[in-house]
Amino acid sequence: MNSNLLWIFISACLVNNFTLYYFLGLCPFFGVSGRLKTAFRLGLATIFVMVITSLCASFLNAFILPYAPYLKLISFIVVIASTVQFVEMVIRKLSPALFRALGIFLPLITTNCAILYLALTQTSKELSVVQGLVYAVGAGSGFTIALVLMAGLREEAELSSIPAVIKGTALNMIIAGLLSMAFMGFAGLFSAA
Amino acid sequence: MAESRDADINAQRLYAEFVKGIWKENPVFVMVLGMCPMMAVTNSAINAIAMGVSTAFVLIGSSLLVSLLRNLIPREVRISTYIIIIATFVTVVDFTLQAMVPAIHKELGAFISLIVVNCLILGRQEAFASRHPTRLALADAAGMALGFAFALLCLGATREILGSGSLFGRSLFGEHYEPWVIMILPPGGFIMLGLILLFFNWMRQRKTMRPAIAAEEVRR
Repeated sequence: MNSNLLWIFISACLVNNFTLYYFLGLCPFFGVSGRLKTAFRLGLATIFVMVITSLCASFLNAFILPYAPYLKLISFIVVIASTVQFVEMVIRKLSPALFRALGIFLPLITTNCAILYLALTQTSKELSVVQGLVYAVGAGSGFTIALVLMAGLREEAELSSIPAVIKGTALNMIIAGLLSMAFMGFAGLFSAA
Repeated sequence: MAESRDADINAQRLYAEFVKGIWKENPVFVMVLGMCPMMAVTNSAINAIAMGVSTAFVLIGSSLLVSLLRNLIPREVRISTYIIIIATFVTVVDFTLQAMVPAIHKELGAFISLIVVNCLILGRQEAFASRHPTRLALADAAGMALGFAFALLCLGATREILGSGSLFGRSLFGEHYEPWVIMILPPGGFIMLGLILLFFNWMRQRKTMRPAIAAEEVRR
């Protein structure tokens, strides 16, 4: 059971990294990865929203969705939107400095498709509450790792001399492609076990 | 932005709103919106088309509804209202695809549901449909949807040709072609889109440089 949980974590975090393998959460991945510090903090906020969403999704799956399957998408998105609203209020109350640093990217967590995908896969894989939590933490950490790596690479790239034509999104895409190629190496973890 | 009156709308205006989404303000190549579904489903041309059609339906449907209701939706809860309208249309698409073409539905998987959080759709509601009359909103939505589908098809077809040596499942080069497998895997998506964006940048740069080069030649 314990090793099972470990595999769920490693799979969500590294092997099937949400951003670099499933292309989820690309908007913040390209939008917020300009500075290392902001990237890391946004990653932490995303992990938190994922954990809460996973709990709520388990609850919805157990009590509401068996009676009304067509409400799945609508109820998930409402849960995510209200969690983000809640996180926003808490952060503003507890740490106004962090609130100012995150700025517009805090409300934008709602439209991060990684979170909705997490809720949906958790449902289709029929994970238990604990497994769901581990899955959420793993996926969130994977997203944070990708975001921080990307931010570090972009800060380096800014300092080097690059032809003007490739600067901006085109360069970021190609960097992401190389990162994604590196993460494919983690697939070996599973065949070795 | 002042809301244009219904009387001002003529065929020319409608056409302009329709055409801008396809090329000049192409949602993917120029505005870089809606990336997630864009790359996840474009490992073959047929998937790209299925995604394009589903997104078009959701975009046009929700633009129509949002623009009809634009004077009734309170400003404070507008984003939540848009999301719920979009989620409703996505549920319709999800169930329809599941019933009519189960194979494609299985292939696209959760990405049909993820149309809900496609920033292109929410963006068009916020920026256009909520402040323009219905006919203009429809023209805009149709143009944007067509532009998105065009971009999907570009990426999907290129990746399928390079990655499996076929187009729409039909083999192109015969059995001696060694497929470039990385292109249908995730890194290929990033790199291919990077190259396409690079091409667009290059074209734009050439266009802006042309007058400067011409002036240089005149001086000589």
